[in-house]
Amino acid sequence: MKIGELIDKLDLEVKTDAGGLEREVDNCYVSDLLSNVMGQASPGAVWITMQGHQNVAAVASLLSLGAVIVGGGAAIEEETLKKARENDITILASAAPVFEIAGRLYAEGLRGAARNA
Amino acid sequence: MCEPFMDLSFDLTAGDFERAGEASGKIKKTLQQIGVSADIVRRVAIGTYEGEMNVIIHSHGGTAKAHIYPEYTVVVLEDTGPGIADIELAVQEGYSTAPDYVRDLGFGAGMGLPNMKSCSDCFEIVSKAGEGTKITMRFAHKKA
Ligand SMILES: Nc1ncnc2c1ncn2[C@@H]1O[C@H](COP(=O)(O)OP(=O)(O)OP(=O)(O)O)[C@@H](O)[C@H]1O
Ligand SMILES: [Mg+2]
Repeated sequence: MKIGELIDKLDLEVKTDAGGLEREVDNCYVSDLLSNVMGQASPGAVWITMQGHQNVAAVASLLSLGAVIVGGGAAIEEETLKKARENDITILASAAPVFEIAGRLYAEGLRGAARNA
Repeated sequence: MCEPFMDLSFDLTAGDFERAGEASGKIKKTLQQIGVSADIVRRVAIGTYEGEMNVIIHSHGGTAKAHIYPEYTVVVLEDTGPGIADIELAVQEGYSTAPDYVRDLGFGAGMGLPNMKSCSDCFEIVSKAGEGTKITMRFAHKKA
């Protein structure tokens, strides 16, 4: 599924689009622990988190993730968006709880793809 | 070949979350530019980021260095203390002394050192309480 379609279906707010709306994504990872994401998320994944600080952009960039969805209405720092723009990271926001977001992505056909480095 | 064809060096400042990830990001970009495969670049990025964050969070500051050879990359993270008293304990999954303020930022799972170990082909910690810590990781550019 294209990120642009996810945005429409889940009514996500686009914080930084980074030219990524045409990107295809098929897997997803949910965690608020950065080194857990580092060790487990797959390249191109959609990462759902309630962290909104700048290290989120660093992690997403280093892992070449497809997009980050900051859920639960969590605040996103301006620095995070700046870093995301610099590194072509798509950041999306939603007021929905992360369980809800994950459930809807699952219903849309996305799956987990945990890997061990 | 014995001489690295490229050396990168970065200063890491304790508590500097603003620039955290810069060293890893630049090392990642350099390896991408010279054509190292995406999977290997990713392993270097993960290992280096975890090491970089540990220096920023747990130490008084230090350096991140990458020595890039044709066949492999060596990443060295060195800091000026306080050192790790019990290395065997520190490398256990889940062990963390991270203070609350960094846990609020999502650090402190106690997975950084285990990630560094599993991403690299060769992993060494030299440390002493009261002195500094030196971590060396080696990444082959082709999987054996
Ligand atoms: N450079 C360092 N100097 C001093 N102590 C360190 C250093 N690196 C790691 N440690 C110690 O080892 C522990 C485990 O490190 P590790 O990276 O595995 O987990 P963490 O940093 O606490 O959490 P995470 O990396 O999952 O965010 C740390 O909590 C800290 O006590
Ligand atoms: Mg760590």
